[in-house]
Amino acid sequence: MKYRVQVWRQAGPSVKGRLVEYEIDGVTAEMSFLEMLDVLNERLQLEGDDPVAFDHDCREGICGACGVMIDGVAHGPGKATTTCQLHMRQFDPAEPIVVEPWRAAPFPVVRDLVVDRTALDRVIEAGGYISTRAGAAPDAHALPVPKPDADTAFEAAACIGCGACVAACPNGSSMLFTAAKATHLGVLPQGQPERYNRARDMVETQDDLGFGGCTLAGECTAVCPKGIPLSTISRLNHDVLSAAMRAG
Amino acid sequence: MAVTGAILLGYVVAHMVGNLTIFLGDIDGYGVFLRRMLSPVLGYGGFVWVIRVVLVLAVVLHMTAAIQLARRAARARPVGYARRPRVQGGYAARTMRWGGVIIALFVVYHLLDLTAGVLNPHGVEGQIHANVIADFQHWYIVAAYTLAVVALGLHLRHGMWSALRSLGRAPGASSVMALVVSVGITVGFLFVPYAVLFGIVR
Repeated sequence: MKYRVQVWRQAGPSVKGRLVEYEIDGVTAEMSFLEMLDVLNERLQLEGDDPVAFDHDCREGICGACGVMIDGVAHGPGKATTTCQLHMRQFDPAEPIVVEPWRAAPFPVVRDLVVDRTALDRVIEAGGYISTRAGAAPDAHALPVPKPDADTAFEAAACIGCGACVAACPNGSSMLFTAAKATHLGVLPQGQPERYNRARDMVETQDDLGFGGCTLAGECTAVCPKGIPLSTISRLNHDVLSAAMRAG
Repeated sequence: MAVTGAILLGYVVAHMVGNLTIFLGDIDGYGVFLRRMLSPVLGYGGFVWVIRVVLVLAVVLHMTAAIQLARRAARARPVGYARRPRVQGGYAARTMRWGGVIIALFVVYHLLDLTAGVLNPHGVEGQIHANVIADFQHWYIVAAYTLAVVALGLHLRHGMWSALRSLGRAPGASSVMALVVSVGITVGFLFVPYAVLFGIVR
């Protein structure tokens, strides 16, 4: 099958970029979106052109490295699917596919479709950790966790930090990412000592990094490849308010 | 945003209930009643002015917060997307900013119409009933009020829903509650203009 793809090409962080259209032949319906880009890159290299730079690692939907805006939707049209797990059978060969990098001031474009997501690491550094005692590993049953809490934490812990929430948010906010981390750690007993300061510090840091403010538009959860629910944001806000009350 | 929104919501509910006193036949008396409230302490009409000051403060802070959010959003995405289909969130969520502008413009008109009386066809202070009747004889005034009240209903739908979440509450029924309250307020406000238009209240 033959597809027409318009890809964002940008040689470097401070260079102006533009959409370039390519016709890609020899694509099968079973190929993943990234494999389609691989086909394009093989050809570009044979022709002596620079291949399209894009982030990828595990290609099984668990690492969070890949992720591009496909026809204006983060990770493309598949529900709860990363770009690497998206298949070409989802696309109509008659329509050109527009591929762009995540757009957010805290995610500067490195090259083509690759953006620098260090800002999310900064948010983690601000509070995405727990205090734990060093030494021998404790018995697995030493610290009981109620089953509903374990489920809530697990659901939030599924966040792979891909940045799709930021890319999709009309405000460019990283709230869903931060909320996933704060929920994951904040509902478990191990995360209690830092719970309120964590929420406050992570939100403060994301604001300082230039992410937008959350207005609960719900775009983030619609494109999240791990289906992180919007309720995590309520939980985060609850902890941020509690932190403010405790200080006051 | 959530706190000032809650203050304004409280006022909107009271305003709607107050409007419905027209069906009891004595909305002029209701106006006097409001002005007499706490009058030993505040003087005649003092209560109304206290409410007005609180409302102006709430509106100013609400708009300041909205502008801050919009500016932060613009800064957070200096380069937009070439292709951006309709956002997946609800219509109410997408129209918060422009809906808010429509409501703000309407409030200005509404104050000039039924508070100051400048734009009212009758426009005599204290004759609330007569002013209201004079207004809603005209289909275009009813249409303007309808547009504004529907915009308000949509604004409240997403506003209440997200305010609860901003304040850290996510009760399972919050979407239903936001819907019921916003529809209730919309319908409650529309009762009066349409009752006048169709001659039920004269």
